[in-house]
Amino acid sequence: MTIPIEAIKSKKAAGFTRKEGRYPDFQEELAELERSGEIVVQRMTGETVEVPTKYGRPKKIQKGHLWHHKSCGQCGHIPGYSTSIFWVMRKLGYDYEDPKDQTSCTAWNYYASATSNAAAQAAVAVRNFAAAYETGYFPLIHCGTSYGHYKEVRHELIEHPELRADVRKVMEKLGKPLVLPEEIVHYSEWFYAMRDEIAALQTRDLSNIAVTVHPACHYYKLVEGDAIYDPDVYGGQRTAVVTGLAQALGAEVRDYSTWFDCCGFGFRHILVQRDFTRSFSTLRKIERMKEEADPDVVLTHDTGCVTTLDKSQFAAQAHDRNVGVAVLSDAQFAALAMGAHPYKVCQLHWHSANYKPMLEKMGIDHEQAWAEFQQELGRLERGEKKYLDWDDMD
Amino acid sequence: MTAMLPTPSVYFKRPDVAGHADVPIEEKQRLFDEVKADVRYKDYLYGCYECGICVAACPSARFYDFSPRRIAQASAREDVELIYQQMQEDIWECSQCFSCLRCPRGNNPGGIITIMREVAVNNGLASAKEALAGYSRIIYKIMSTGTQVSPDMLQRDAFPDWGPETGDVSENLDLWRRALPSETLHTTSTGWEVSDRTLVELYLIWLSTGSLDMIAEIDGSLHSILSELMEELLEDEGIEI
Repeated sequence: MTIPIEAIKSKKAAGFTRKEGRYPDFQEELAELERSGEIVVQRMTGETVEVPTKYGRPKKIQKGHLWHHKSCGQCGHIPGYSTSIFWVMRKLGYDYEDPKDQTSCTAWNYYASATSNAAAQAAVAVRNFAAAYETGYFPLIHCGTSYGHYKEVRHELIEHPELRADVRKVMEKLGKPLVLPEEIVHYSEWFYAMRDEIAALQTRDLSNIAVTVHPACHYYKLVEGDAIYDPDVYGGQRTAVVTGLAQALGAEVRDYSTWFDCCGFGFRHILVQRDFTRSFSTLRKIERMKEEADPDVVLTHDTGCVTTLDKSQFAAQAHDRNVGVAVLSDAQFAALAMGAHPYKVCQLHWHSANYKPMLEKMGIDHEQAWAEFQQELGRLERGEKKYLDWDDMD
Repeated sequence: MTAMLPTPSVYFKRPDVAGHADVPIEEKQRLFDEVKADVRYKDYLYGCYECGICVAACPSARFYDFSPRRIAQASAREDVELIYQQMQEDIWECSQCFSCLRCPRGNNPGGIITIMREVAVNNGLASAKEALAGYSRIIYKIMSTGTQVSPDMLQRDAFPDWGPETGDVSENLDLWRRALPSETLHTTSTGWEVSDRTLVELYLIWLSTGSLDMIAEIDGSLHSILSELMEELLEDEGIEI
C-alpha cells in the first residue's frame, strides 16, 4: 500500500490545508492568491442573497447583472430549458448578458472521451471566466456538469502551482488574466435563492401537482461543499435546490427510494452506448418513482439528467415497462408557475415523455397553446418576422 | 519504481482469456507511471477500507462487470498487471457520475479512471480506439465549435429510441430555432452562436496544451482535419502558432 502513504507523506510535508470536507474552504486560498498577484478574483457586485451550504459555509448568490454561461446540451436539445431561465430572470426584472464570447466547458466530451487534459480543461474554464470578467457581469453556470467541473478546476488551480503556471502561459497568449470568480454559482442555486420572489409572481396553482426530484450528481457529489443544504429542506440531509423551489411554488414533493442514484447519463453512454443509459434510467429511476410516488412530473436541474430521464422512456414502453413520467427542469417548472407559455417559452415540443397530462392538471389547454404557437410559426413562415423575440413571448 | 505484488489479484484474467493483447511488464509499468505522474493523482487516492460503498453507489457496477473498488485497490497496490487490464477493459464502462466520491476514505475512483482514460488515449490503447470508434463526430464538434451537441444532431435515424419527437425536431429545425426568443439560439449546427474571436482563443488552447495532439493516436484522420481547420483560422487571423 505504498501510494496512499506516499500521497499523505507529501501532503504532510507541504502542510495540510484541508479544514473541512474533502476540499478546503477555498475562499481564503483564493484571497491569498489574489493578494500575491497570481490570480484575479471576480467579486460580486450589487445585491446578493446568502444561502447555507453542506458544511455550513454561507454562499452568496448575486441577484442580477449575471453572465449566462449556457449549456450546449440545453441550448442544442432542450432549448426551453435555457429560454425558461432567461424568461424568469426577465420577469423578475434582473438584467443579464447572454454572451457569444462563450464556449462550452467541454466537460461532457472530457468525461466521455478523455481527449483533453487538466491544463486544457482549466484554460477553457478560465477563458470563459475571463470573458465574463471583461463584461463586468458575474457568471451564472447553467449546466450541472460545467458547475461541477469548474469547481474541480478551481480546486486544481489552487492546489497545483505548476498547473497555474501552465494555464497562465496560455492566458498570456490570449491576452487575458487568470480569473476565477469568488463563487461558482449554478442557476438552480439562483432559483433556490430567488424562490420567494418567483413564488410572489406565481399565476398558476400547482397544489395538485405531485413532483419527484432527481438531484444531479455533478451538482452535489463533485466538490460537494459548495452545494446548498438547508436545514429547512430535508432537515439539511439532502441538497435543498429544486425541492425548496417546488415547495415554495406549492407543489407536493414526493419521495422515492433511489433519490441518490445517478440518472444513467454516462456521458459517452448517452451518445454511443444507450442500452446502459436506458436501462439504468428506467429501471432505477423512472420505475421506482412511478411505483413509489406516482408523480405528475420529475424535476431535475441538469442538462444530462433531463435528457436521460426524458429520452429513455420511449423505448422502454415497447417492453411494457412502467414508465410515463413528464420530465422538466426546475426552471421550466418555475416558468410555468409564473404563467409562461408551454411552447413559446418552455418549448415542451422538444421533450419526449408525455407532459400533456401534467399541463392539464395545471389548467393549461395544451391544444390551444399549440395552436397559438403554430400561429407564431406562421408569421415566420410568411416572412412577417425572421425571428420571434421576447416581446412575442407574452 | 515499485515492484509488483507477487500474487496476482483474483480479478486478474490470464492473458489467454483477456480481451486484449498482452504487452511486456515494463510497458505496463510505464503506463501506470504516466497515471501516477498526473498532478491530480495524489488527490484521488488515500487507501481503501474495502467497504464497497463506492460499488453500492455506482450505476455502472449494476450493469457491467465493473467495480470502482477494484480500480482503487489495484492502484493502491500498484498492481500494474491488473491496472493494465482495467485500462484495456474496464475504464470505459464508468459513468463519470462521481457517485463513488461517497468513499469514506476520501478516494475518487472516478477521478483515477479519468486519468487512466487520458493515458489510454495518449498512448492509443486498443480500448480507447474501440470506445471512441463512434465518437469522432462529437470530438470534431467540440474541438471545432466549442459546443458539444448541436440541434442538427437530432436525426430520426441517429436517435430512433428517443421517440418520434426527435424526427419532428429534425423536420422543423430551422423554423423552430427561429422561434426561440434568445438571439444567440437561432443556430442549427451549434448550440448557440459562438463568436469567431472566441473560436480563435479556443483553438489556441487546444494547440497550446497538447490537447489536439492527444487524438493523433486514436484517430489520425480526425487529427489532420482538425489541425488544418485550426491552423487555417489562426493564419487568417495573423496568429503564429
